[in-house]
Amino acid sequence: MPSPTCLTFDDLTLGYGGHAAVHHLSGTVARGSMTAVIGANGSGKSTLMKGIAGILKPTGGHCLRASNLSVAYLPQRSELDCSFPAQVIDLVSLGLWPRRGLFGRYRPEDKAALAAALDAVGLHGFEKRPLDSLSGGQMQRALFARTLLQDADLILLDEPFNAVDSRTLTHLLALIKQWSREGRTILAVLHDHDLVHAHFPQSMLMARKVIAWGATTDVLTTKNLQHAQQFQEAWDEDAPWCGSDAAAEPADVTAALFAGPSAKKVGTHV
Amino acid sequence: MYDILVAPFAHYAFMQRALLGSLVLALSCGPVGVFLMLRRMSLTGDAMSHAILPGAAIGFLFYGLDIVPMTIGGIVVGLLVALGAGAVSRFTIQKEDASMAAFYLISLAFGVLLVSWHGSSVDLMHVLFGTVLALDNAALTLIAAICLTTLIGLGLVWRALVAECLDPLFLRSVSRMGAVVHLLFLTLVVLNLVGGFQALGTLLSVGLMMLPAAAARFWTNRVAPMCGMAIGIGMVSCLAGLLISFHASLPSGPAIILSAGCFYVVSILVGPRGALRSLAAPRRHRSA
Repeated sequence: MPSPTCLTFDDLTLGYGGHAAVHHLSGTVARGSMTAVIGANGSGKSTLMKGIAGILKPTGGHCLRASNLSVAYLPQRSELDCSFPAQVIDLVSLGLWPRRGLFGRYRPEDKAALAAALDAVGLHGFEKRPLDSLSGGQMQRALFARTLLQDADLILLDEPFNAVDSRTLTHLLALIKQWSREGRTILAVLHDHDLVHAHFPQSMLMARKVIAWGATTDVLTTKNLQHAQQFQEAWDEDAPWCGSDAAAEPADVTAALFAGPSAKKVGTHV
Repeated sequence: MYDILVAPFAHYAFMQRALLGSLVLALSCGPVGVFLMLRRMSLTGDAMSHAILPGAAIGFLFYGLDIVPMTIGGIVVGLLVALGAGAVSRFTIQKEDASMAAFYLISLAFGVLLVSWHGSSVDLMHVLFGTVLALDNAALTLIAAICLTTLIGLGLVWRALVAECLDPLFLRSVSRMGAVVHLLFLTLVVLNLVGGFQALGTLLSVGLMMLPAAAARFWTNRVAPMCGMAIGIGMVSCLAGLLISFHASLPSGPAIILSAGCFYVVSILVGPRGALRSLAAPRRHRSA
């Protein structure tokens, strides 16, 4: 029996250039749960996804994965080079990497899995299509097929329904729910509250720090959303340094400011 | 016909060596050039070919026109520049094209200074434009070793290299191999340029890398066939260039590169993905 916890955040802080984008996050994500991550632009949702995927190193704290947990990450803006001379099948078969790695030969069952993945996203017959001939929605479906092929325990989806029409959305949503039924853990960054209410039992509302996290009905309340809206998107160059002296004495901002430059060290952030 | 095509190689050992050396080089440079082009690093090859000059010059200053010290010097300086430019782009906000330009300019100026310090301008021309007609056994062995290393290296990391070109963020999410593969690839670029400067000189060695690759892009939309095309175009260019150079008493390096240039221009015009084909695109279309 694998542990019931999939992810543990232990005082996790993630950021860029000394500014925190995800601030002191603690909590756990249960195995097999399906969680929507919600928040305004710049509230740290994508940063959190990168942190979990291991692409961004924490500036403080830890993000602990359950042992042997495999992770699939579908970024919001992929760095995909669509002008690269590749076909849909080349892109989707990248999803075989966790199984076959650098040297493993693709086996007959891999080809079957590949065909099944393309079928599942409705791209049957697209194997040989050049990537630059795909529409935005078709590309997103191809990326879903790749994610499917990764066969991961934890699936991170960053705004997966961008540029996707309603028919495709229904299709992809069904796929996500299928993953959930298979016992995979889903974390998805989403903006459509109705969609979250309808399909995601768990939610995390972010505004650099977590405003609310739990059952969706408890999280998406008017009060919480108002609270989240007061979140200031812009970085404050004069924001007090977060650390022992500054945090302990939040009233004495001036002292914290003076302490600021001298307190600048690795792991310090605003 | 025999006199034009075969006799030069049948009768002259230096022509045989030149042909062998340049064919092996084309085999090695073709795939490297394709990946440079696909990674939008076509000019990086150019920059690197300049950057290896001071290394070759240092070897040349101390040991004369001897292949071993010039090669080692070229490899060391080439790798230093590649690593330096890569490190700057990784740890600062500057992108690799700018840091590469800065490093290669410093390196090139240093190299020209070194050569002019002791050597005459004739020597400089030797270093810059190569001596394909004077390939000795040591040079042929070196080119063959570089070719073997390149083909084995590319074969080993092929999947990762394609993934790194196609979707680097994805590769980072499933493997930490991206940076290693990038470095290995840059090493292969340096090795091939160093191998090339013996035959073609530092200024033209990048031509045998980029022109066949750029020409092959107009013929196919798959990576592996593109590498094959580039190798083929490179080899035919070497053969044609050497023959032209022999019969017209022209320098061999530029003759080879200009032959490859002809292939490039022809490919732009008549390749299936070239200009004429897209201009003459049919007005008729299928309904779905």
